[in-house]
Amino acid sequence: MQEKNRGLALFTLLVFLFLLGPLLIISVTSFEGGNILKFPPEELSLRWYENIFNVEMFLVAFKTSILVSLGGNLLALLLGVPAAYALSRFDFKGKSVINAFFVSPILIPGIVLGFAFLRYIVGTYQLPIYAALFVGHTVIMLPFIIRVISSSLTNFDFSIEEAAESLGASKLGTFFTVVLPNIKSGILAAVMIAFLESFNNVDISVYMTGPGVSTFPIQMLTYVENYFDPTISAISVLLMFITAFFMFIVERLMGLTYFTKR
Amino acid sequence: MKKRYLYLLLLPGLLFLTIFMIIPILLTIGTTFFTENGFSIQGYLDFFKDRYFIEILLTTLRVSLFTTIICILLGFPAAYYISKLKQRKKAIMLLLTIFPLLTSPVVRSFSWMVIIGKNGVVNKMLMGMGLIEQPLDILYTPTAIIIGLVHLFLPLIIVTLVGVMENIETDLLKAAESLGASRLAVFSKVIIPLSVPGLVIGSILVFVGSFTAYTTPALLGGKQRVISTFLYQNAITLNEWQVASIVATIMIAVTVLIISIMNGLAKKLNPKG
Repeated sequence: MQEKNRGLALFTLLVFLFLLGPLLIISVTSFEGGNILKFPPEELSLRWYENIFNVEMFLVAFKTSILVSLGGNLLALLLGVPAAYALSRFDFKGKSVINAFFVSPILIPGIVLGFAFLRYIVGTYQLPIYAALFVGHTVIMLPFIIRVISSSLTNFDFSIEEAAESLGASKLGTFFTVVLPNIKSGILAAVMIAFLESFNNVDISVYMTGPGVSTFPIQMLTYVENYFDPTISAISVLLMFITAFFMFIVERLMGLTYFTKR
Repeated sequence: MKKRYLYLLLLPGLLFLTIFMIIPILLTIGTTFFTENGFSIQGYLDFFKDRYFIEILLTTLRVSLFTTIICILLGFPAAYYISKLKQRKKAIMLLLTIFPLLTSPVVRSFSWMVIIGKNGVVNKMLMGMGLIEQPLDILYTPTAIIIGLVHLFLPLIIVTLVGVMENIETDLLKAAESLGASRLAVFSKVIIPLSVPGLVIGSILVFVGSFTAYTTPALLGGKQRVISTFLYQNAITLNEWQVASIVATIMIAVTVLIISIMNGLAKKLNPKG
C-alpha cells in the first residue's frame, strides 16, 4: 500500500516538473549575459531586463494593454454588477436563459470572436481600432465579472437589504450602503480575474492592430517572430510576478474554490 | 414595480452583448450561406472537397484528441494524489497548478521554444549524452503543438478533477475497503465512476480548448497549420473573408457539437442519474 502511494507521489512530482520546469528554465535564461538565449546561461547579467525599457514598442503596447484592460473592466463592471445583482436577487421566467446568454462569450472560440469583431465592429460599425479593442475586451470580461460577483452574491443575505428598505432607505441607497460593501471582496476578485483574462488575451487582440496600436501580448508575439533573444525571458519573469501577485490576492479574497468549481 | 427594476438592471448588459457579439457572430455565420444568387451551401461543398482544408481539419482534430488523452492520463493520477493530501499541502499543490493556468499563453509557448528548439535544452542534453548525433526536429511539428497544448491544459483538468474527487466521501472508500475490496478495485469501481462527471467536463474543456487554441500552434507549429491559424491566415494575410467566415462557422459548429455530445454522455454516465 505504501509502495503504491510512493509511486503515485513520484508520478505527481514528474507531472509538476513538466508544468513548472519550463517556466523555471525561461526565468533562468532571462539572466543571460551574452547575446544569445541559451540554457544554462554562460555569464549572468540584468541587461535584458534593461533592454525591455529600451524597446519603444513594448512601452507603448504595455500602456495600451493597461488602458484597454482597465477601461474594459470598468465598463464590464457597470454592465455586469446590475445584471449579476438582478440574477441573484430575483426569480423570474427565462432566468437560466439570460444567465447562459451572459456566459456565452466564453463558449465561442476566441479566434472566431476576434474575426467577427474585426469584420463587423471595425468593418461595418466603423469603430476605430482602439475603441474596438476596448469593446472586444469588455465582451470577454463580462462573463467573468458576472460569474464571480453572482457567486459572491449567493452568500449575501438579502433580508438585510429588506430591513434597510423597511427602515426607509431608498433602493439605490440600500444597494450602495448595504449590498455593495458586503460583496466588495467578490468585486475585487472579479476585477482581478477579468483583468488577467484580458491582459493575457491574444485571440481577440491579434486581429486588432493598427498603426501604433497593438496590445502587449501581440507585441511579444511579433518580437518572438523576429528576434530570439532573452528579452522575452525577462518580460516573462515580470509577467509571472504580476500573475503570482494577482493569484495571491484572489486566493485571499475568495479562497481556491473559484478555480476548482466548474 | 419589481419587473421594471429587473429590466432596467439587465437591459444594458443584454443590449451590449447583442450589439457587439451576437449580431457580429450571426452575420458571420449568415453570410456564408448567401451568394449573389441567394441561399447556397456551395461554399461549404467546395470546402469539404478541398484536400488541403480536410487535412488541416483532421490534423487539428487529431492534435486535440491526443492532447485530451495525454491530459487525462497525466492529470487523473495527479489529481487523485492531490485530492488525498492534507488541507495545507493540498492548497499549496493547487496554487502550483493554478499558477501556470493564469500565466500568459505567450510565455508558456515561448518556454517550449527554448526547450524543444534545434539548439534547445532537450537536444543539447541528448547530444551531450551521445544518444543522438543530429538535433531532433521537434519544434514546428504537430508533436510540438501537442506538447504545448498539454502544458496549457493539464492544469485545467487537474483542477477540475480535484474539485470532483474532493466530494467523494472518505466514508464510502473506507466502507468499500472494509468490505474487502482491494485498492485497485476501490479505484476502478468507486473512484473512477464517481469522477466521470469531472472527467467529462475536463475533457470538453481540453478538447474544445485545443481545437480552438491559437497562440500555441502559432508559435510552436511553424508552417504546420491548424484550423485556428488557418482562419487567421485567411482573415488577415490573404484577406479571404468569405473563406474565413466559413472556417469560423465550422469552428463554432464543431465546438457546439462536441459540447452537446459530451453533455449527453455525461448525463448517461453519471451514476447519480
